[in-house]
This record gives sequence, C-alpha cells and structure tokens, in this order.
Amino acid sequence: MKKTGAQILCESLIAEGVDVMFGFPGGVLLPFYDTLPQYPQIRHILVRHEQGAAHAADGYARATGKVGVCMATSGPGATNLVTGIANAYLDSVPMVALTGQVVRAQIGKDAFQEIDITGITLPITKHSYVAMDTAALAKIVKEAFYIARTGRPGPVLIDIPKDVFTDQAEFVYPDKVDLPGYKVPTYGHPTQLKNAAKLINEAKQPLIIAGRGVIISGASAELKELAERAQIPVITTLLGIGCFPESHVLSYGMAGMHGTGYANKALENCDLLIAIGMRFDDRVTGKVSAFAPNAKIIHIDLDPAEIGKNVNVDIPIVGDVGVVLHAMHKMIENNSHIEWIGQLDEWRKQHPMLDIQDGDKLLPQRIVRELYEATKGDAIVVTGVGQHQMWAAQHYFFNNPDSFISSGGLGAMGFGLPAAMGAKVGRPEKMVWLIDGDGSFQMTIQELATLVQDDIDVKIAIINNGYLGMVRQWQDLFYQKNYVATPLSCPDFVKIAEAYCIPGLQVTKREEIKPAIEKAMKHKGPFLLNFMVEPEENVYPMVPPGASNIEFIEQPKKEVSTWPRRSIR
Amino acid sequence: MATTKHTLVAIVQDKPGVLNRVVSMFRRRGFNIDSIAVGHSEVPHLSRVTIIVNGTTATVEQVRKQLDKLIDVVKIFDITGEKLTGRELALVKVKASSATRSEILEIADIFRANIVDVASDSLTIEITGDEDKIESMLKLLRGFGVKEIARTGRVAMVRGALGAPPPEERPARTHAKKQA
Repeated sequence: MKKTGAQILCESLIAEGVDVMFGFPGGVLLPFYDTLPQYPQIRHILVRHEQGAAHAADGYARATGKVGVCMATSGPGATNLVTGIANAYLDSVPMVALTGQVVRAQIGKDAFQEIDITGITLPITKHSYVAMDTAALAKIVKEAFYIARTGRPGPVLIDIPKDVFTDQAEFVYPDKVDLPGYKVPTYGHPTQLKNAAKLINEAKQPLIIAGRGVIISGASAELKELAERAQIPVITTLLGIGCFPESHVLSYGMAGMHGTGYANKALENCDLLIAIGMRFDDRVTGKVSAFAPNAKIIHIDLDPAEIGKNVNVDIPIVGDVGVVLHAMHKMIENNSHIEWIGQLDEWRKQHPMLDIQDGDKLLPQRIVRELYEATKGDAIVVTGVGQHQMWAAQHYFFNNPDSFISSGGLGAMGFGLPAAMGAKVGRPEKMVWLIDGDGSFQMTIQELATLVQDDIDVKIAIINNGYLGMVRQWQDLFYQKNYVATPLSCPDFVKIAEAYCIPGLQVTKREEIKPAIEKAMKHKGPFLLNFMVEPEENVYPMVPPGASNIEFIEQPKKEVSTWPRRSIR
Repeated sequence: MATTKHTLVAIVQDKPGVLNRVVSMFRRRGFNIDSIAVGHSEVPHLSRVTIIVNGTTATVEQVRKQLDKLIDVVKIFDITGEKLTGRELALVKVKASSATRSEILEIADIFRANIVDVASDSLTIEITGDEDKIESMLKLLRGFGVKEIARTGRVAMVRGALGAPPPEERPARTHAKKQA
C-alpha cells in the first residue's frame, strides 16, 4: 500500500525505536504535523526555540544512549538548530536532526524560508541527506540512524522538502544498510594490543586517562577491571566524568584546565599514559609540548583520525574501547604500584579539593556538595557552561556513566535547561538536577514553559553571581580585573519561575542550602532554586591558557569580599 | 618538518554534493589542495578523485584519515611512495604568426604534443605528461606569447597488474614528542 512521505517518516522513526522527538512546526512541516497524530507512539515535545530541540535531543541521547531526534522547519527553524547540532558533533552524541525544506521546484530560488541547511551544517554533521524522493525516504532514515549511533556517534541531518512529505510511495523499511564507504573499526590490531600490554606490565608509574569514549562504548566495567588488576590510577576528562566511579580508591578526578592538582601532577610524572576514548582536547593537554613529558602514550580510540591529531602517541589502538580492553585483560598482569599510588595520595593531601573555605559566605562549591549529599550522588546532573559547570564537575561525585551531562567541546552556554529536559524525558525514573549559571540560564530560559506544558520534572539550581563568571575570572586573572561586559543584570529568577507556574526559592545563606534542596526534592514537578552566591569566587585549580598542566594556580587564601549585587530588585 | 607533494587517490560515490564534502574538509581543517582531478572510475556510480596535496607526512596522514571518515568516500590511498604513472593534460593557446608557426610546431613535435586548433594568429596545443614535461614545454612557448592555459591537474595510477593497495593502519610513528 502506498503511503505519504509524512507517514513513511513516522513509520521509519517508529521502526528505529523513536518514542519521543523534540520539535517546532512551521510552514513546510505542516503535512508532517498533520500526519503525526496518526502515530501516538511518538511523543512530540514542543520546545520554545529550535536550539532547545537540538539540546534536548542531545540530553536525551546522553542520558539514554539512544539516538535523540529533533525537528525544525526550513529557514530560521533550521538555522536555530545549528548550535545544538555543532554541540552534538563535538561531543560525539548520536542525533538525527530533521529539517523541513521548501518544495523541490523552489530549491535554489531563494524561496520564502529557504536556506541551504545541509551546506551550513556540512562541517558539523557526521553525514547529511537531502531527501529528494519520497521512495528513498525510508532508506535515508535507516542509514541516518545507523550512521548516527554506530562507530563514533554524531549528528546526521535529513532535509526534507514539503512535497516529499505529501508525495506517495510504497513503504518497505529496509532491514540492512548498504554503505560501502562507512567502516566501523571494532577490534584493535593484535600486535598493538600485545605491545600495549607489555608497556602496561613494565610501567612503574602508569596512569589511565579516560574520556567519553568509555561511556559511549559502555566500557566502564572493562575499564575498572584493567585499573584494578594492574592497580593503575584513573583520571578523566570533563566528558569522561562518571565512566569510572569517583568514589573508587583509584579515582583521582578530572585532569586539565580545572582538573585536580593531583591529577595534573600525575600527568606530569607518569611514565606511561593510557588514553582511553579521549581526543587530547587542548583543555586537557594544556601546552601540548609539555603534556605528559615523561610518558609513553597508548591511545585507544574508535576514530583513526584522532590518533596522532593533537599528540604523538607510541602505541595507537583503533577499535571499540570496550572490545579492546576486554581483549587486553588476559595479557595484563596483576600489579600493585604501591609507591606510585602512595605518591598520588600524597599529592592529594597537598592539593585537597575538599577544602571549602566558606566562613559565613554562600559558596557555589558548598551548594554542589550539598546537592551531592542530598541526592546521595544518584542524580543526573546537567550543567550549562561556565564556572558553575566546573564546580559541578569538581564537587559532585559521579559514580555512574551518563550521570554528568555537559557541553564539552563546543562549550555552548544555554545547553543546560533544554538538555536537562531531554535527560528527564529519557530517564523519568531518575532525579535530574540542572546546575546552571545566571548567564547560561538566560540563554534558553524560555524552555521553562516546555517543562510546564509537558510536565517534565527538572530541579533547577542557579548559581547566581551576577556575572558572566568564567569570563570575569579570566578578566580577573589575565586582564587586570577589567570587568568589561561581564557584570550581568538578572531578573528575579524566582519571580520568573512563578510566572511560568514553577515554584522557587531564593537562597542567600549557607544554612538555607540544605532545607531549600530538600524542599525542591520533595516537590513533585519542576522547582527552581536561586542561589545568590559570592560574586567573585573563582574556579580553582586553574591552568592558565597556553601554560602546561603542572603550572596550575591554586585557590589563594581568602580575602574579605563585599557583596555588590547587580540583580534588579 | 619537510613538506612534500603527496598523491591521494579517493574512490567516492558519484552523488550530488560529494565533491563539496571532500573540498570542504580541506578548507575546514586548513589544508591546501595543489590540484584535484575528478572523473568516472572503472566501477559505475563511483568516481575517482586524484588530489595533490603539499604537506608533512603527518599532515597528509591526517588529511587521508579525515577524508576516509566521509561516508561517501569509499576508499582512499596515499600512493606517494609507490611506483606511479602520473599524467596531466594541458591545453595551451600560443600566439603564432607565419614567421613563428613552424618553430612552435617543431617544439610541439619534440614534446609529442598535438595541435588541436589553428587560427590566423594562434595555435592551440594539447600536451599530456607529468608536470615537469608540461612545465618544460610551457617554458619554451612563453617566448612566443602564451594567451591561455587550461590544465587538468594530475591523475595517477600505481604501476603493475594490481589495483590500488587496500587501506591499512599505518604502524606507530616514532616518539617525536621528546624533541618538541
């Protein structure tokens, strides 16, 4: 039986197991939205801005491991997706972005709301399609989902002209894809595995740095086995957080620009670095020429192009992280490395992260710590981008993969609220906390309405310091405190929430933190906490930009600071 | 590190936009293309792209890997180290009067080039060969006044009975970091 393109798209999405999509309608999508109610299996969540749809699909994908789906209309709808697609691309998040396009006859004529979205997104998608034929639509959807979720995941865009939705074709969903140019490496090269095992067995001061690749591969158990068997300390990248339990005795936290002092010292001194599912981002390496200067490097990654891109490595292993680690286990000898681990513990004592000097001040670090206590470390924590993001990464202890969701590679402010929304939709059984900054939050604040309309229970903690805090911190440290364009006038977030029918509380004192969090957690439905924190608190430790990791700046002794609030009251 | 000319051969899907993806990758990663030549291959629906790129071995290796990641790139080889047959075609329109015509014909003859068009004041010469040969002929012709040149860029093939070698993981490079 023949079906319309809109029906074929819906049936194909269902065949791919899609039960939720985030979208925003428009002229060329009308045939699709007209058809959507025929398929109640697909829950459509109407966002308030297409950027929110892309970030929500991203948060959903990270929380569930499934492909996130977002949809936008042609022209401005499609361009509004761009930030979210770029974010998913840089953080290797499986996503299918569907965009409407003007009718085929008008393509290339600068028609109303026509934009070349495949051209615009060419460098930020894993692949893209223009579906010019209704009969090819099912095949395209099949391929798009396959490409998005396999190998190194990423966003795939499908641009669909309006009349492709209305044309009819036979619907047969293909059961196989035929992509001769698409290779997914799985097994590492056996010789390299042997060489790597030999180096690991011989190393005196080995160190594992684990990234998001471990989470994507679902290789936490394999990583743990390697670390425990050979007694190798583990540090992570920002996006690797949660892939190795931070409560584990071998866990030494995050490395890099705002990493722990002991993780960065370990990098400086290790004689073997085992980099697993990470890509040597400059925020992790610091000055590349001084990165892990004494170490041989084993790099295990699924993407061959990541090998040798930023850092030269001694043993490259291209393959699925979990498969590679599993294959290596029987070659790894039991080991102890007592002295090396003792040394790391000594550094941990010298550069403690747990030491929060609050006095009578309301400090962001304390808030994150209290959130950790109250949620028993079991929440999914989603962040925006900035200081609050780093405090969340440093002071919440993550023991589960998929429990820390943050914009790493792109560093997209405004990611937090929509991503938290997506995470909660994907994992309704989990408590989802958004830790956001007053700057980040205002970039996508309109999604509060989506939380209410679609009954999405996200708890919101705003670390409100009245500044674009991370930029202010750089101005403080590197631009002689010349605070240009960083003081931030904020509305009363509690009143804003109230206007959206979301209850909220303002918190100004340290002793109010705990009861406020408890109140938020008890409340059924979204809740907003506005923490009026110390305005000029900085994130430490910090590796200055361009410096080597060992040159990290530590928290200076506290001075008495004033409280120049800049909020509108 | 020394830069050298590398010859990359990519077998790509013959679909709209594929060349755009290939070229866009060069722009995006800041690599420079010396020349690029595209045409059909021995397999229907697959095109063969020959790209000449100037760079260090590490850079070109990165280029190769990034191209290999494109879904529409079916295969890619760096055939630089192989025994190659590399050819380029050029059309050269050169000024020719009755006084100079025979001399130009003689030069064309030496280079086994063909005259493809004759006009009252010009000759158009078609020459095929490697870049050196074409350059040498152009050097000789410039004295007569070259009005127009069109060059295809190099196409290349590995000598011998076998097809292009299968892409394989390169062995680990030496630990250059210590010198950095």
